[in-house]
Amino acid sequence: MREQRRHRATARLPGARERDFEAYVAGAAGRLLHAATLLTTEHPGRAPRAQALLTAALGATYARWGRLRGEDPYDLTRRELATRFARAAWRFHRPRGGVLSPLTPPERLVVVLRLYEGVAEEQAAALLGLPVERVRATCTRSVAVLRRTPVARDAARATGKAGAP
Amino acid sequence: MSDHDRKEDEVRRMLDAPPRGQVPPDLLPRVLDRGTRALRRARVLRRLLWVLLTAAAIAFTVWASAAEPWRPPPAGVTPPFQGW
Repeated sequence: MREQRRHRATARLPGARERDFEAYVAGAAGRLLHAATLLTTEHPGRAPRAQALLTAALGATYARWGRLRGEDPYDLTRRELATRFARAAWRFHRPRGGVLSPLTPPERLVVVLRLYEGVAEEQAAALLGLPVERVRATCTRSVAVLRRTPVARDAARATGKAGAP
Repeated sequence: MSDHDRKEDEVRRMLDAPPRGQVPPDLLPRVLDRGTRALRRARVLRRLLWVLLTAAAIAFTVWASAAEPWRPPPAGVTPPFQGW
């Protein structure tokens, strides 16, 4: 009974833990959502699958928020996102028009981890349970495929020009 | 090597090119709800396992004190009948 009352109190008045987590989500959600949208190859404006992936990964992070012990929460959420995407890869097999549409789900995962998130080859290999050589080969092959795809290449050229001062 | 890096940079720009999607405003409450439910589920599971472990320990103690399995079993044959 007392425990229940305490729960209700914390729900009404967020403690330091909730406030910390809220600040973390406010800072990291945009970047993580972009990564998830790249993985699901959805349109950025309407990405329910990417949002569901992100919600699940952040929920798992919140469940461990009190027991992080110095671990980087962003790294944890990224790992959750990657493993959840890998486990449900068959649901994301159909391309939906995003930049990474020409790639298979495992290839998308390698490209997003290595090139968008900048995760080291060894860490990406450990996370995906693959040998380092395989990650390197997949990355090289995916880069070649993407550079051959006209739509994505034109988009990159356009932003490259626009981004140049 | 620099050629390889240049190709990778091109793909990096490709990945940054699409516009950022808006983070849905109800993301945080949904996340908190999910995380809280996961915590509660883990707590219930842990409690259930402890209850099961305690019940098994009690059952074993009761059975052992009743059956006393460390005693030698009674002899299966009758001792030879003498003194007829």
